[in-house]
Amino acid sequence: MLELSILFPSILNGLTTGAVYALIALGLTLIYGVLHIINFAHGAVLMIALYGVFFLNAKLGLDPYAALPVMVPGMFALGYALQRFVIGRASHGKDENILLATLGLTLVLENFALYAWRSDTRTIETPYTFSTVDVAGAMISTPKVVAFFGALAATAILLAFIARSDLGRAIRAVARERQGAKLVGIDVEHVFAMSFGIGLACLGAAACFLLPAYYVNPQVGNGFVLIAFTIVVLGGMGSFAGALLGGFIIGVVESVGGLWLGESLGQIGIFVIFIAILLFRPQGIFGART
Amino acid sequence: MIIQQRRRKFLKQSAGLSAAAAAGTFGFQGIAGAQAAPIKVGVLHPVTGFVAYSGQLCRFGAQLAIDEINAAGGIKSMGGAKLEAVLGDAQSKPEVGVSEVEKMNEAGVSAIVGSYASAICLATTQAAAKYDIPHLVDVGVADQIVERGLKNTFRFGPGYKVITEAAINDLHIMNTLARKPAKTVMVIHEESLFGTGTANLLASQLPGMGYQVLEVVKHANPTRDFSNIVLRMKALNPDIVIPANYYNEYVLLVRTMKQQNVRPMAIYSVLGGAASSFKFVKELPDVANGVIDCNHWYDPKDKRAIALRRKVEKINQFFTYEVYLNYQSVYLLADAIERAGSAKREAIIDALASSSWNKHFMPYGPTRFVNGQNQGAQPLVLQVLKGDIRVVLPNSYAESEPVFPWKA
Repeated sequence: MLELSILFPSILNGLTTGAVYALIALGLTLIYGVLHIINFAHGAVLMIALYGVFFLNAKLGLDPYAALPVMVPGMFALGYALQRFVIGRASHGKDENILLATLGLTLVLENFALYAWRSDTRTIETPYTFSTVDVAGAMISTPKVVAFFGALAATAILLAFIARSDLGRAIRAVARERQGAKLVGIDVEHVFAMSFGIGLACLGAAACFLLPAYYVNPQVGNGFVLIAFTIVVLGGMGSFAGALLGGFIIGVVESVGGLWLGESLGQIGIFVIFIAILLFRPQGIFGART
Repeated sequence: MIIQQRRRKFLKQSAGLSAAAAAGTFGFQGIAGAQAAPIKVGVLHPVTGFVAYSGQLCRFGAQLAIDEINAAGGIKSMGGAKLEAVLGDAQSKPEVGVSEVEKMNEAGVSAIVGSYASAICLATTQAAAKYDIPHLVDVGVADQIVERGLKNTFRFGPGYKVITEAAINDLHIMNTLARKPAKTVMVIHEESLFGTGTANLLASQLPGMGYQVLEVVKHANPTRDFSNIVLRMKALNPDIVIPANYYNEYVLLVRTMKQQNVRPMAIYSVLGGAASSFKFVKELPDVANGVIDCNHWYDPKDKRAIALRRKVEKINQFFTYEVYLNYQSVYLLADAIERAGSAKREAIIDALASSSWNKHFMPYGPTRFVNGQNQGAQPLVLQVLKGDIRVVLPNSYAESEPVFPWKA
């Protein structure tokens, strides 16, 4: 079983999947880091984004990668509006309320999708859906390779943005010290909404990279949201580097686990890690003790 | 009834009177068509949703038969009454199938032909039983469909128990002919009733024939990535790979095997495999070459089948089992109505139950229904050879020798 010729492709497969997981988790960890809320609607919003990519392809014939310039700003705007007009308003300054608001949002979005688009599982066909790339003897599917580099690029852009730009500084300031940020003249409400928007923009990008090799149905987000939470906990709540590393770890564990234990049991490894982290290093790999 | 008898008498007389045979026949049909009340037949298939591709082919096959029967003068014992299709779409969901049956009952159908997928057939036959509507199951291979004692349910084709047993026997024959090079098997199946049931039968019966089942792998619908399953296959290195899944997953699995350079002695599928799909053979000839499938198939030596295949291909459709199983089911129904001489549901049920119809081109022999199952129904084993689908087993129907083990 320990043949390298089998293990190596499996690890590569895991890394490519992990990159997309990381991108999804980045959005989640950003929202948590700044707003201190756990966005339960993350999976449902990803589902909406996947439908967006699907319909752009099915109705307008737009290639999923060409849909990036539409989906990323579109999801950003949706996120900004959601935080500004729905979640922020419902919170009344209490974090527990936001928890309920995002949970409620999940129910609304999922049932809306069920009503509008039915429970059918849909896929798209692109010329490259079934093509593969030879990576040192391992055949990896082309959409996964694109997703890997796409997710890495998106992550790099996000990190640079947070580190360099004024808004990035403001976001970090609000994340650290909300009151202090307000005192120096940062519009906290605006920063909240911007962070939420950027978090969802990550999902817009992830959806474009996912769909060529995946599918969409109203429940598709549930699987991702669990994995994304595990990654965020593993990497440390609010840590970007942690989300990236966590994504890769989870991707590889899932892939190699699937190889050993079969497709249905492959995800066991993820949850074993989740429990182990909670027991032995609850702050995560890059998290600081508070 | 009296009116119908009178009309029959009148038609007989007028037919006798008509002098020119050809011209007379046409005139005769014209009058009869205008007078005899049409017989409504529910044509129920999943033409949208998950299995839409197959459902549309089913509908096409049923309509082809209805058009032919009508063009040939309709039901003669009923004064040339025409068949009128009442179309229904089950949307690939059992519950929608049930509501379509309700609508068809309201519309006053005499019988229903459909509804392709096992899960939908289970639901629609039950719903039709409530109103005593005779229901011809066109494909639906799950054996539960005909094991519930429903008097209205008739299945012309074979169920998966018969198919799986035939598949195992023929595999063994093929292997024995080649001096038994194959010893190990890996089964890959989809998660629903059809795949799981088939896989269980395979896993329980193959060891008795001397094959070691290395692993049984279940996958979801849809699955968009078979890399892990194929990598595992590479590690286990089975002599024979048996997939039991639907078209999309089958195609992706076989393509992934090709990409990863996994080449067992045979890819031998049980139902749903693409070795019985002209679409697959046409679109991916190099991947399809050599694959074997045990599935519904027509008697390749029957001229009527070959003629129909030409006719279907002429209108740019694929001649798949969905098409001809429905085509034949409609003819079977027409034969029953003809003998019953009535559009009444009970009369048609009785006529179907006592049917011994042999004017079909399937390898089944005359129909004989026991508890709604046609006893002679059986599958054939097919292999893609040189870009064409050939029957390779059993011997009495074979067009070519099976190529086994396959050397790619």
